Amino acid sequence: MSQANPSSLPGHTLPDVIDLLVGIEPGDHLDTLRRHRLQARTHAQESYRALFVPTAPAPGAVTLAERLAVAAFVAGLHQQPDAAAFYAAALVAQDAGAGLAQAIAAEVSRGAAQGPYGHYPAGPLSRENTAGPVYAVGEAQRTVLGARLSAGLAHAHLQTFRPRDASPEALQALLDAGWSATDIVILSQLVAFLSFQIRVVVGLRALAAHPASPTPLSPRTAEAQP
Amino acid sequence: MSEHAVITHPGNHEPTAFTQAQLEWLPWLPPLPEDELTERHYAGLVDAARAKSPYFRLLARDPDTLGARTRTDKDIFYNPDAGLPRAERELSATATSRANGCIYCASVHARFASHFSHREADVQRLLDEGVGADLGPRWNAIVEASVALTATPTALDGAHIERLRAEGLDDFAISDALHGAAFFNWANRLMLSLGEPQQAAAAT
Repeated sequence: MSQANPSSLPGHTLPDVIDLLVGIEPGDHLDTLRRHRLQARTHAQESYRALFVPTAPAPGAVTLAERLAVAAFVAGLHQQPDAAAFYAAALVAQDAGAGLAQAIAAEVSRGAAQGPYGHYPAGPLSRENTAGPVYAVGEAQRTVLGARLSAGLAHAHLQTFRPRDASPEALQALLDAGWSATDIVILSQLVAFLSFQIRVVVGLRALAAHPASPTPLSPRTAEAQP
Repeated sequence: MSEHAVITHPGNHEPTAFTQAQLEWLPWLPPLPEDELTERHYAGLVDAARAKSPYFRLLARDPDTLGARTRTDKDIFYNPDAGLPRAERELSATATSRANGCIYCASVHARFASHFSHREADVQRLLDEGVGADLGPRWNAIVEASVALTATPTALDGAHIERLRAEGLDDFAISDALHGAAFFNWANRLMLSLGEPQQAAAAT
C-alpha cells in the first residue's frame, strides 16, 4: 500500500484515487464512463490533491497527520474497506502515525452508527427527528490524539452521521480547541469530500457488479484502442 | 470580526419545513471580506459573481478545494452530453438533500427539478412526504438509489442498479444518478454544518 501514500509522491504521479479504490484500469468500461464526465473525474482528484497535497502556501494550519487521521476515521465509519485501508495506510506512514492509526481504529469501533439521524428545527419536521449516538473520543485515545484532534473527530462524526444536528455551538467547540475559521472550513471539506469520494467508489463498484448484459464489455475493446 | 467566536443569528426565523421557495443562508463563521480576495481566491470561486455569496466567500478560505469542488459539481449536473436528463440529476440531488435534512439545498434543487421536469407537484410531494413518496416507478427508482447511497454506511446494492436499468437508464445515466447523490452528500454537509437557512423576505 506504500504507493498509495500521498505524502510519498510528487503531485504529478499521484494515482487517481477513485480509480485505485474501485480497481479501474485504463480502457475498462468504468474508465469509459468516468471519462465521459472528464471534468468531474479530474476535479474529484484535484479535490483530493487540494486536501491532502495542498499547494504552498497552504491555507490554515491543519497538518497532514490531522487530515489523514480525520480521513481514516471518516472512511472507517463508512465501512468501505478499500477507502478505509487506503487512508489508514497513509496515516501509518506519517511520523508517529502508527500510534495515531491505532487510536483511530479504536475510535472507528467506538463511533459506529447508522446515519443519517438527528433533529430538525422545531415544527412539522419534528416528527422525523431520529435519535442516535452523540460521539466523543474515548479517554484512552484522547491522550494519544490530543484535545485539538479529538474535537475534530467529534465534529467529523457529527458531520458524517447527523449533519442536520450541526450548530454554532459545535463550531465554537472547534474554535475553543484551537481550530481557526479556516481550519474549520478545511476540516468540513475533508469530511464532506470523503462522503462524496467513498460514495462514488461504492456506486461504481455496484454498477460494475451488475452489468447490463450477461457479459461485460470485452477486454478486446480496450486493446483495440490506439 | 473575531476569529475566535462563531457568528450567531438570534433573530433569524429558520424555515421549519422543506420548501421550493427561495431561501437565504447565514454563515456561522466569517466569510473572507470581498476586498481581501486574491487571484487564488477568485480562481476558487470559479464565477466571479460568487464573491457576492457569503457561503462561497467562507469556503474560499480553502480556495483550491472550493475550485475543484465547484468544477466537479458543474460537470455532474450541467454536462449535457448523454446520461441522465438534467431534471433527474436534480431529482437525485433533491432526494439526497431530503434524506440528509438539508432544507436549504433541497429548496434550490427542488426548484431545478420542477423547472426541468415540469412536475412541480411531484417534487413538492417528495419534500412534503419525504423520500417514501410514490412518484412513479422511474422517479422512485432514482430516489431509492440516491437515498440508499446516502445512508452511512451506504446501503446501495444490486437491486437498486437493476431497478434503474428496468426503468430504462443506461450505464451513463445510472452513473449520473449515483454521482448526483454522491455529490450532494458533499454539498449537504457543507451547507448544514457551516451556517443556517433563512426565510427570504416575505413575497409581496
